[in-house]
Amino acid sequence: MFDDPSALALARFQFAFTVSFHFIFPAFSIGLASYLAVLEGLWLKTGRDVYLQLYRYWLKIFAIAFGMGVVSGIVMAYQFGSNWSAFSDRAGPVIGPLMAYEILSAFFLESGFLGVMLFGLDRVGKKLHFLATCLVAVGTTISAFWIIAVNSWMQTPAGFGIADNGQFFATDWLAVVFNPSMPYRLVHTLLGAYLTTALVVGAVGAYHLLKDRQSGRAGQPATRIMFAMAIAMVAVTPPLQVLAGHEHGVNTLEHQPAKVAAMEGHYESHDHAAPLILFGLPDDEAQVMRHRIEIPGLASLVLKHDIDAPTTGLDKVAPENRARVAFPFYAFRVMVGLGMLMLALGLWGAWAAWRGRLFDTPWLHRLAVALGPAGFIAVLAGWITTETGRQPFTIFGLMRTAESASPLAAPAVAASLIAFVVVYFFVFGVGTSFILKLMRSEPGPAGPAPSPDDAAEVGSLPPDAPFGFKLA
Amino acid sequence: MTALAPDPLLTLVWAGIIGTAIFVYVITDGFDLGIGIMFPWLEPGAERETAIATIKPVWDANQTWLVLGGGGVFAAFPLAFAILMPAVYAPLIAMLLGLIFRGVAFKYRARTKRVWLWDFAFFGGSTIAAFAQGLILGAILQGVKVDGRQYAGGWWDWLSPFSLLTGVSVVAAYTLLGACWLIWRTEHSVQDHAFRIAKQAGAASLAAVAAVSLATPFLNHDYFSHWFEAPGIYYSAPVPILVGIAAILFIRALARRAEIAPFVLAQCLFLLTFIGLGISIFPWAVPGAVTIWQAATLANAQSFMLVGVGVLLPVILGYTGYAYWLFRGKVGATGYA
Repeated sequence: MFDDPSALALARFQFAFTVSFHFIFPAFSIGLASYLAVLEGLWLKTGRDVYLQLYRYWLKIFAIAFGMGVVSGIVMAYQFGSNWSAFSDRAGPVIGPLMAYEILSAFFLESGFLGVMLFGLDRVGKKLHFLATCLVAVGTTISAFWIIAVNSWMQTPAGFGIADNGQFFATDWLAVVFNPSMPYRLVHTLLGAYLTTALVVGAVGAYHLLKDRQSGRAGQPATRIMFAMAIAMVAVTPPLQVLAGHEHGVNTLEHQPAKVAAMEGHYESHDHAAPLILFGLPDDEAQVMRHRIEIPGLASLVLKHDIDAPTTGLDKVAPENRARVAFPFYAFRVMVGLGMLMLALGLWGAWAAWRGRLFDTPWLHRLAVALGPAGFIAVLAGWITTETGRQPFTIFGLMRTAESASPLAAPAVAASLIAFVVVYFFVFGVGTSFILKLMRSEPGPAGPAPSPDDAAEVGSLPPDAPFGFKLA
Repeated sequence: MTALAPDPLLTLVWAGIIGTAIFVYVITDGFDLGIGIMFPWLEPGAERETAIATIKPVWDANQTWLVLGGGGVFAAFPLAFAILMPAVYAPLIAMLLGLIFRGVAFKYRARTKRVWLWDFAFFGGSTIAAFAQGLILGAILQGVKVDGRQYAGGWWDWLSPFSLLTGVSVVAAYTLLGACWLIWRTEHSVQDHAFRIAKQAGAASLAAVAAVSLATPFLNHDYFSHWFEAPGIYYSAPVPILVGIAAILFIRALARRAEIAPFVLAQCLFLLTFIGLGISIFPWAVPGAVTIWQAATLANAQSFMLVGVGVLLPVILGYTGYAYWLFRGKVGATGYA
C-alpha cells in the first residue's frame, strides 16, 4: 500500500481546504435560491414592485455565488479520483451511483434553468420564469440530498457487502441512500443553509438601516421588508436547528459513539452523571482534558436524557481508532456558541418586532450585521466536527483514511495544494469583494436606464439595449 | 453471486453512455472554450461582448456534461477512474484551475473596471483547460503504468510529444468550434471575423487530426491492428474517407458563407474523430492494462444507475434543447464603447 505520511497529510489538507471553500457557496446558494423563489412568488402574487426590486438585487449576488460554487464543485468531483483513488476504487460501486444521480437529477437541473433565470426575464412569461427560479431552488436541494447521502453512508454505512477484491457493493440501495444518519444530517444541513442565508440577508438589511439612520435618509421599503423577512427566519430556524442538531447528536451517539466521545472531549468513560465539558485543552498524548471547565452530570442528561446514564469515553475505543480530539472538540463548541448567538438575535428581533420597534433598534441592527458571516462559520465548524470526528476512517469502522489515498508523491500533492490555496484565495476573494460591493448599494427601484453593470449580468432589457438579444 | 460481477452487456451500454456524455461535453463546452481561446483576437468592446453574450445562457449547462463524464467514469468504471486520475494528476489540476478562472470570468468581467484582467483570465483559463484536456487524452491513449489496482508511474509520465500534440490539437479544434458557433449566432463584422478565424482554425484542426491519426496507430499494437489489420480495418477504413469528405464540404461551406453548415460540419468532424478514438481504444478502459469489463462496476450498480439515466437523460436533453431554442437567433450589440 502506498504509504508516505506526508503525502497523506497533504492530501487530507488539500481535500479539507477545497471542500471547505466549496461548501461556503452552496451553503449560501441553497437558501438564496429558495429566497429568490419566495420573492418572485410574492411579486407574482401581490404585484408589488418592491419584491421585484429585492429579486433583482439578490439575483445578481446569487449569480456570482452560484458560479463560485459550480467551479469549486467540479474540483471536488475529480478530487475523489485524483487524490483518493484507493477510496474511489473500493467505495466507487456504492458511492459512484449516488454521485451519478446527483449530477443527473440536480446539477443539470440547476445549470439548465439558471440560464433562463438569469437571462430569460424578457424572453419567457412570468409564470415560466418563476418555474425556472423554483427549479433552480429545487435543484440545489436535490443536490444536498444526494451529497448528504454519500457523506452519511461514509459515516454510518448500511446496505452493503464487501467483495473479495476489497470493493464495497450495495445489497440494498434504499438502505444505502437512507442510511441511519442520513435524514438527520440532511435536515441539519438544509436548516443550516437557510439560516446562513437568513443571517446574510438580515445583515445586509441591518447595514442599510444603520446607514440610512446615520445619514438621516428615509430608507427604501425594500430594505425594511428584507430585514423583517430575515429576522422572521432567524427567529424560527435556530430553535428548529437546535432540535435537529440534538436529534442528530443522539443518532451519532448510537452509531458513532467514538465520534461523540471526541466531540465531548470525554477521554474517560463515566458510569453515571458524565460532565459536560464546556472548555478545556485536550491532550491526546496523555488522553486527558486539561484545565477543564465543566458542568457535572449535564452530558449524561443531554446525550441520554438521564442524569444517571453512563457514557462511553475514548478509553473504550482502541487507540488506533481514536480521532484527534482537538478538532471536533473545538469546532463543535464554535458551532454551538454561534448557534446560541443566532438564537439570541432571533429572540431579540422577534421581541422588537412585537413591540413595533424592529426598524428602530440600532443595537439589534449592529448585532445582525456582526452575525452576517456567522452562518458560514457555523456550518464549517459543523462540518469540521463531523468529518474530523469520523477519523481515522473514511468509511467509519471499515476503511481507514491512511489506506484511501492515491499513490502520489508528496511533492505532487504539495504543488497542487499550493496552487489551490493561491488560486482559491485570489479568485474567491475577488468574488466575495464583488458580492460585498453589490451589498453596499441599497435595494430599490431601478434607475432610469440600466447601467452596463446591470445589463451585462441580468438580462432583462429591451432588444436594442447594449448586449441585448435580438430575435433574427 | 452474479451481482458481484459487472454485466457484460450493461458494461458496453455504460461505455456508450460515458462516451456520449464526454462527446456532448466536447461539442458544447468546446465552443465555449473556443471563444475563450480566441478572445485576445476579438476586439475589446462590442466584438468581445457579442461573442460572450452568445454563450452566457448556456455555458454552465454545457460544462455540466464534464461532471457527468468524469462522475460517470467514477460511477460506472471506478477502477479506471482510480487508476487514470492520479496518472494525469498535473494536467487534471491544471484543467480544474483553468475552468475556475474561465467560469468566474463570465461574472467578474461585468463587475469590474479591470475588464482586461478578467478577459485575460477568460482567455487563459479557457486555453489552459482545453490544452489540459488534450494532454489528458494523449496521456490516456499512450497508456499508463499500472500495478494491480493502482497507478504505478511517475509524476511526469503524462508528458510526451504525443500528448503535447493532442493538447495543441484540442486547442485548435475548440477554436474551430467556437468560430463556427459565432458564424451561426452573430452577424456583420463579428461574423466576418469569425469566418476568418474559422478558416485558420479549420486548417489547423485538419492538420492536427491528420497528425494524431497518423501517430495513434503506432502507440501500441492494438491500435495498429484495429486500424490496419482485418477485421478492424473494415470498420476503420471509412473513417478517413468520411473525414476527407467532411473537410471538403467544410471548406466549400466557408467559401459560400453558409451560416449553419460550418458548425454542423465541424461537429461531424468531432464525431468522426471520436469514432476513430473509439476504434483505437476499444475495449480498453485503461489502454494496455484494464478492459472495460475489468473496470466496470458491479451489475446491481449498473442497473440502478441505468434506470436513472433512462428517465433523466431524455428530460435533461429536453430542457437543454429548450434553453438553446429559447436563446436562439442572432446576438447583437449596439453602441458599446
